[in-house]
Amino acid sequence: MSVKGFLREKPLYLLLVVFALALPFLITNRYVFQIVIMGCLFSICTLSMNLILGYTGQVSLAHAGFFGIGAYGVALMTKAGVSFWLALPLASLIAAAAGLLIGLPTLRTRGSYFAIATLCFGVIISVVAGNWIEVTGGYTGVVGIPSPPPLYIPGIGPISFKTMEAQYYLVLAFLLLTLIIMHRLVHSLLGLSFMAIRNNEILAEAVGVNTFAGKLLSFVVANFFAGMAGGIYGSLIGSISPSTASIDMTFNWLIYLLLGGAATLAGPIIGAFVIPVVLDQLQFLQGYRMIIFGILLIVVVIYFPRGIMGAISELVRRARAWYERGKGVKRAAAG
Amino acid sequence: MFSTSRWAFWGQKHMQLFLQQIFNGVMIGSTYAIVALGLTLVFGILNIPNFAHGHLYMLGAYFCFFLMNQYGFGYWISLVFSVVIMAMVGMLVERLVYRPLQDRPHINSFISAIGALIILENGVIAIWGPQGHRIPNPYPGIVKLLGITMSYQRLIVIVSAIALIILLQIFIKKTTAGMTIEAVAQNREGAMLVGINVNRVSSITFAISSATAAAAACLVAPIFMISPTMGAFLGMKAFVIVILGGLGSIPGAIMGGYILGILEALGGGYLSAAYKDVYAFGALILILAIKPTGLFGREVN
Repeated sequence: MSVKGFLREKPLYLLLVVFALALPFLITNRYVFQIVIMGCLFSICTLSMNLILGYTGQVSLAHAGFFGIGAYGVALMTKAGVSFWLALPLASLIAAAAGLLIGLPTLRTRGSYFAIATLCFGVIISVVAGNWIEVTGGYTGVVGIPSPPPLYIPGIGPISFKTMEAQYYLVLAFLLLTLIIMHRLVHSLLGLSFMAIRNNEILAEAVGVNTFAGKLLSFVVANFFAGMAGGIYGSLIGSISPSTASIDMTFNWLIYLLLGGAATLAGPIIGAFVIPVVLDQLQFLQGYRMIIFGILLIVVVIYFPRGIMGAISELVRRARAWYERGKGVKRAAAG
Repeated sequence: MFSTSRWAFWGQKHMQLFLQQIFNGVMIGSTYAIVALGLTLVFGILNIPNFAHGHLYMLGAYFCFFLMNQYGFGYWISLVFSVVIMAMVGMLVERLVYRPLQDRPHINSFISAIGALIILENGVIAIWGPQGHRIPNPYPGIVKLLGITMSYQRLIVIVSAIALIILLQIFIKKTTAGMTIEAVAQNREGAMLVGINVNRVSSITFAISSATAAAAACLVAPIFMISPTMGAFLGMKAFVIVILGGLGSIPGAIMGGYILGILEALGGGYLSAAYKDVYAFGALILILAIKPTGLFGREVN
């Protein structure tokens, strides 16, 4: 589809992109802006988790482990003098390679076995990060990670990433890149084979899908993006610690993804923005905040199993049915 | 220049250290066995991935601490009360957190479990604070045998665990309620056909699983500190044991628990104490690489 045709068909997307680009001019509060930047960054995490979990149906609980590999990779490389722009793809590739290595044994298992095997790998990564003191700095972590150096674009000149606005645009660019790649991927034949694996692995195998290769590819791509998000995270925040790779992070993204709506492209992004904002709004509950959040979580997963996107599509379906029925009644009355 | 007696002395020291590690391993393994046993009933038989299992264990220890500290109850009375309360908490968790999601994909139960563990952990923090607490050791004495130092409390853990495991076996094999659990384990549809109320079995299984976890927690509480996160790693290790021992296999869970306890004690003593907690996780990945269904496992759907 040409760019022009795309814009004619999907004006809403254009509007959203314009809105995202204009956002720094609309938000004056630094604190809120920080939440927005983290929302964009965690959207990359949830989108990539969505590929393996939502579209391919394999519950990977090692996502923060790969995020951590990317974060430590970029942190250690940039501190050693490697440019961020080289370190980022390298660290992402390392995360992807680690994904390949760990996917080979674990993806042969099914269902809960895979979830628990990946959970174990995630815990191992954070424990190693905490104890391999010579390399990772132990529980203090790595501090003083340089922020991304200015990027020279011919004709425009250097773009520095010192300000929050510039950092926002940086993360936004990577988010859009991730989103476009995920969009192309899930709408391709490959994406269809991922969904076939999710829906019925045995049937998919029977109709000629190489299910193991499919799962492995999905897992490796998902971990590449998790590593990339981790690398950006470390460079923006300036310090990382084993908690960067902790299982709590994975659980957070899992909650964003499932409550936003798995196996949709908008759901993970909505979840990554809405849930932190809801948590922020519950601040007044102080010590009881997480208890209330836990209760909300259970209630939502029971009553809205397909998350926010599921609730929206259900609402649209009902509205349409109601509208059609109204038309039908009118026609009957006229006839 | 070394005299033989000196070598013998060195060898004896070595042996003592080894036996001491084995003893500690069996002690920890006892708790692993009980906790894994409760989880294999819930995860293996009811097919519910109860990720809050370790947190229920933690809550059991806190009830014991609360009753002893607040009301001055004796250790054993507090333990019994804690077990009874946790049986009810377990039933409540099953009813509110898991039953509404019975026929939904696993991942939904998983999110619900995360919700439950967030509530349990933060509830305990809200009431008792994030810091650790200590339960006064009711039996501070020690005995020395073959050069191994054994505290009374550690011996009590080992003996009580064996008693608990035997009691549970008798319950499952000899009582009607227990046999319904085994019937559901063998054939869910068949059990329903002969008139077994699967929801009630679910409820009973959760009660037993939480009660036994509470018993294990109360038994080791006087040895270690209790804290809101004490159950997190334990819960994950229990999952590893259940998978390696075979889903729903009670002997597998017991054996797996003891083996893991001993391996951790030896690994912690001879290899590296810092990585003690992750041996089990590494072992799981390695074993699944060789045998994707676990050591004694059957295929899962």
